[in-house]
Amino acid sequence: MAWKMIDGYEMVIGLEVHVELNTRTKIFCGCPTTFGAAPNTQCCPVCMGYPGTLPVLNREVVHFAVLAGLATNCRIARFSKQDRKNYFYPDLPKAYQISQFDLPLCADGFLTVTAEAGEKRIGVTRIHIEEDAGKLIHDAEKGTLIDCNRCGVPLIEIVSEPDIRTPQEAAAYLRKLRAIMRYAGVSDCRMQEGSFRCDVNLSIRRPGEPLGTRTEMKNLNSFVSVQKAIEQEYLRQVEAMRAGEEIVQETRRFDQASGKTFSMRRKENAHDYRYFPEPDLAPIVLTDAQIDAWRAALPRLPDERKAEYLTRYGLTQYAAEQLVAERATADYFEEAVQHTHAPQTLANLMTAEVFRLMEGEEAAIPIPGPHLARIADMANDGEINNNSAKAVIAEIWQTGEAPDECVNRLGVRQLSDPEALRAFVTRAVEENPKMVAQYYGGKTTTKRALMGAAMRMTGGMANPAVLMQLMDEALDGAKEEC
Amino acid sequence: MKITDMPLLQLSEAMAQGHLSSREITQAFIDRIREAEAQVGAYISIGEGEALRQADARDAARASGSPCGPLHGIPAAVKDNICVAGGRTTCASRMLEDFVSPCSAGVWERLERAGCVLLGKTNMDEFAMGSTTENSAFHPTCNPHDLTRVPGGSSGGSAAAVAAGEAAFALGSDTGGSIRQPAAFCGVVGMKPTYGTVSRYGLVAFASSLDQIGPMTRTVADNALVLDAIAGHDPRDTTSLQRTYQPFGRRIGQEVRGLCIGLPKEMFADGLSEDVRKTVMHAAQVLEGLGAQVTEVSLPSLKHALPAYYVMSSAEASSNLARFDGVRYGRRAAEYADLDELYVKSRSEGFGAEVKRRILLGTYALSAGYYDAYYKKALQVRTLVIRDFARVFGAVDCLLAPVAPTTAWRLGEKRDDPLAAYLQDVHSVPANIAGIPSLAMPCGRDRAGMPVGVQLMGAAFSEPLLYQVGHVLERALAPVREEVTV
Repeated sequence: MAWKMIDGYEMVIGLEVHVELNTRTKIFCGCPTTFGAAPNTQCCPVCMGYPGTLPVLNREVVHFAVLAGLATNCRIARFSKQDRKNYFYPDLPKAYQISQFDLPLCADGFLTVTAEAGEKRIGVTRIHIEEDAGKLIHDAEKGTLIDCNRCGVPLIEIVSEPDIRTPQEAAAYLRKLRAIMRYAGVSDCRMQEGSFRCDVNLSIRRPGEPLGTRTEMKNLNSFVSVQKAIEQEYLRQVEAMRAGEEIVQETRRFDQASGKTFSMRRKENAHDYRYFPEPDLAPIVLTDAQIDAWRAALPRLPDERKAEYLTRYGLTQYAAEQLVAERATADYFEEAVQHTHAPQTLANLMTAEVFRLMEGEEAAIPIPGPHLARIADMANDGEINNNSAKAVIAEIWQTGEAPDECVNRLGVRQLSDPEALRAFVTRAVEENPKMVAQYYGGKTTTKRALMGAAMRMTGGMANPAVLMQLMDEALDGAKEEC
Repeated sequence: MKITDMPLLQLSEAMAQGHLSSREITQAFIDRIREAEAQVGAYISIGEGEALRQADARDAARASGSPCGPLHGIPAAVKDNICVAGGRTTCASRMLEDFVSPCSAGVWERLERAGCVLLGKTNMDEFAMGSTTENSAFHPTCNPHDLTRVPGGSSGGSAAAVAAGEAAFALGSDTGGSIRQPAAFCGVVGMKPTYGTVSRYGLVAFASSLDQIGPMTRTVADNALVLDAIAGHDPRDTTSLQRTYQPFGRRIGQEVRGLCIGLPKEMFADGLSEDVRKTVMHAAQVLEGLGAQVTEVSLPSLKHALPAYYVMSSAEASSNLARFDGVRYGRRAAEYADLDELYVKSRSEGFGAEVKRRILLGTYALSAGYYDAYYKKALQVRTLVIRDFARVFGAVDCLLAPVAPTTAWRLGEKRDDPLAAYLQDVHSVPANIAGIPSLAMPCGRDRAGMPVGVQLMGAAFSEPLLYQVGHVLERALAPVREEVTV
């Protein structure tokens, strides 16, 4: 359901997304970053902040962060630095997080999203690198337990400009951002594993007026939650304005069960982080040559590929968008399309059947591209009909056969021989005189029923196009004879 | 000569010739520790059994033909803010009273590879904050020259151990003078190297941009030998320079004729005790007599150096010490009702008064609304100090100055006036701020017989020159060590 403005208040939204980079090791030490390990088995004195330990910056983190910046059209800083963000919390071993304050690695970028109003550009204010904190686990008996595995996992924080105006735009931005990060290969962006986290900043105002007070919402575990939380918070703020109340700048927690947001009202709200430059680390200095090399190695991104699919292969917007949603799928399509003369059919088969069979968007496609291409050709050329094409795909998904073998085995090769089909058409006409009479009586839709009858006689194997042509000849040709 | 009085090279030679074993040498130092420690109190922890075990291993290695450098088999003391795995590293604080580090500092790994023997960890001002070692949570250390007086700080234990013959050499750390001032007070040689020369990995951080570990020894030549062993790049410390070093003592034996030595006028101003001024000036005159050109120079930014130092070091310390929260290691309060209480009680109980003072100062200097006026300003003063030093080193080869305005005062004398203690650092902090090396060495005594120290400062990487000049001075001046009271 499309969101509607109330009392003339527009919503102004900025999104902060934290993405875990899938570098081999953590940002400041050699510990692995793999998800799901037993607690406190992937940490060391450095990421646990033991006395005397020091951070050493992982170069791959800078590389990946720059790729994220390049993929979102950011300006990459030739000189940036890291800063300490100081606060006490049990999941933060050093009692400071090494982040970036005033000189982030990337700034002033954008990405393009397609929402209800059409295409829109959403600004990316900045992207900076920082370390993740650990996890707190609340145990009924033991109390609060700390798992330091996540301490020091590298993050990039991507901050958008407050350009988003509807819940749908927010979801579209997140989907696009996620796709771009996956394309760039810097993260797997799995929201359920915490490698893609979103906080929402929302305020309301009448258009043209200055920005209102914003609230921040955290603990949003899915794109759907983000949309819900936005809708709820908008309503809450509008109600507050109606009641003459002030909007308090605060952090609110989204509760999955009730679909409502609750104020966190913790000391966290009023924090002075006492940022100062990290004295244990050198500034990050990048050369043009380095950045150019990294840029050259970036894969082609969704927007570029989608545009190509539209112009070069004549795909529909829908099909193109579906195919570029995941890089693996786009790569697959681009490989398979080289082996077919029916790219649109290939695209349709992928979006209709292949996607259905894939268990989750990250699953591999077990059918080699050229095989799927062959099926597309057969379907396009009328050798098999669409339903058969889907059935064959489903079959060879399991069996791994070559398409032609499967078609033969299943016996689904379409009957296209006009002479053979004419016999069925003739029989259908002869066995259904009432329908024929209705057709000549002006009920043109009866032709479809006659088609259906003829098709059933062929056991569903007739090439529909040829059958239709023969039926036309039979009925209209015969009419002329009358 | 007593074993415990011998310079390092002599000990090394004796072992090479087979006249002495590491075990004999180590035992001699252990005996001396037993004799003197009750009065001096230089150590926090002593590992006799472990030291003898290490000594035996060193002797065995030598006997089996392994190559042995000059420090092989030599017993050393290490300041207790430098981690050595397996034993306690307390930083002289209740917060870390029982803390055992899982890893050893880079410098200890190097000394171990060089074949040293660890006698024990030395006393210090808590978390390296202080100038007398009276801020130790455990016990004060007494100056071996006069047991009623302070040894200086924060590396007072290391300085006293070397002065009293309780170690062949010691490691200290210097953030605002913590090697040089106790070296001066105890009449030993202490070097604060160029920032980045020695790895800080395993040094419990006080002020990250100022801290450096350095050797404390009886002689200048000894000092260069130890620096050779501990200097060098450590990939675990990003601030350690990617440089290889030639032997630091390579210019020892060269004359000072033709060298130009500057006396910073701002370091000879009011507040300097007469005895210190006289003795330090005498050192300058000695060098002049040997052919050096001595001239007055001016570094106007030095008048802002001390407040800038206290702002910077306290700010960094407030952040570095935040990790001591009672959660993962160190002292945790026995009872607490919630998270806040866990933090407040653990830290209130674990930290002494001076540490708390600096944390409060530092937190204030970084807080919203004050950052620009304090911390950022201090960083800007730093740039001015760096430029002043660069300018004068364009005109002179090195600088000569007092280490501290006075000699060692009596235990308990300055406990009530922290600011007065801070003012003592005015001569030593500039070298830390600028990251340049400074060598402190004895140059005489005051009328009470207490050692007076002089410091030689040079441009970055000029340690060989400082050792050269220091060695000449050492030869020309009467030795100070022979009248230790203990």
